[in-house]
Amino acid sequence: MLFRRNAIVIFMCIELMLNSVNLLLTAFSNQHNDPSGQIFVFFIMAVAAAEVAVGLAILVMIYRNARSVDIDFFNKLKE
Amino acid sequence: MIQYAFYILSALSVASALMTVFTRKPVYSVLYLIFFFFTLFGHYILLNAQFLAAVHLIVYAGAIMVLFLFIIMMLNLNKEIEPNKSVVAKFAAVISGGLLMIVVISAMKGVDHVALNHRSDIGLVETLGNVLYNKYMLPFEMVSVLFLTAIVGAVMLGKKEIK
Repeated sequence: MLFRRNAIVIFMCIELMLNSVNLLLTAFSNQHNDPSGQIFVFFIMAVAAAEVAVGLAILVMIYRNARSVDIDFFNKLKE
Repeated sequence: MIQYAFYILSALSVASALMTVFTRKPVYSVLYLIFFFFTLFGHYILLNAQFLAAVHLIVYAGAIMVLFLFIIMMLNLNKEIEPNKSVVAKFAAVISGGLLMIVVISAMKGVDHVALNHRSDIGLVETLGNVLYNKYMLPFEMVSVLFLTAIVGAVMLGKKEIK
C-alpha cells in the first residue's frame, strides 16, 4: 500500500520527515527572533535518536523470528 | 550571491531526499540520506543556527546513519524486494503527499515578512544554553529519563533468549 516495503527504508523516511520539521522550526525561529524554536529542534532530535535505537532493536528481533523485513508479511493484526 | 547558494543547496536536498525514497537498494538509500544531512548542514549555516548544524551533523550523520548501516550489514538486507506497484497506487500516494505541501504553501502566501531587528547571536551556543537551562530545565531532565528508558528498552529487546 505504501511505496516501499523494506522496513529499514521506512525508518529512513521517518527520519526525513522529522528533519523537515526541524528545518521549518529553525527557519521560523530565525524569522521571529526567538531561540525557543531551536531548543525544540534539539528536543526533537533527542527523541528521534531514542526512537531509532528502540525501533531498530524491535526490527532486529522481528528479523530473528521471521527471517525477513518485508512489512507485507506482518499483517497479522488485520485478520 | 547567497541566494544562488540557497537554490543550489535546496535542489541538492530535494534531489537526494527523492533518491532516498526511490532507489532500490537500501544501502544506496542510507548513502543518499547521509548526503541529505550534509545539505541540511549547509541550510542550518545559512539560517545562522550554528550549534544546531554541528549537533545535527554529529548526531544524525555520525551516529544514527552508522547505526542503520550496522543493521543493514548485520542482517544482510541489501536485497531488492520491491515488486512493481500499480500506477494508480503511486499516483494516489503522490497526490495525498502533495496536498500537505499545498496547505503549507497557501498558509504562508498572504504573510508579510516583516524583518525584525535580528539578533545576530541567536544560533550561538551561549544564547541557546541560557534559554535551555533557565526556561526549559524540566524538559531537559525529562529527556535524560527518556534516554535511560530507551537504553534499557533497546538492550532488553536485543537480548537473545537462552533456551
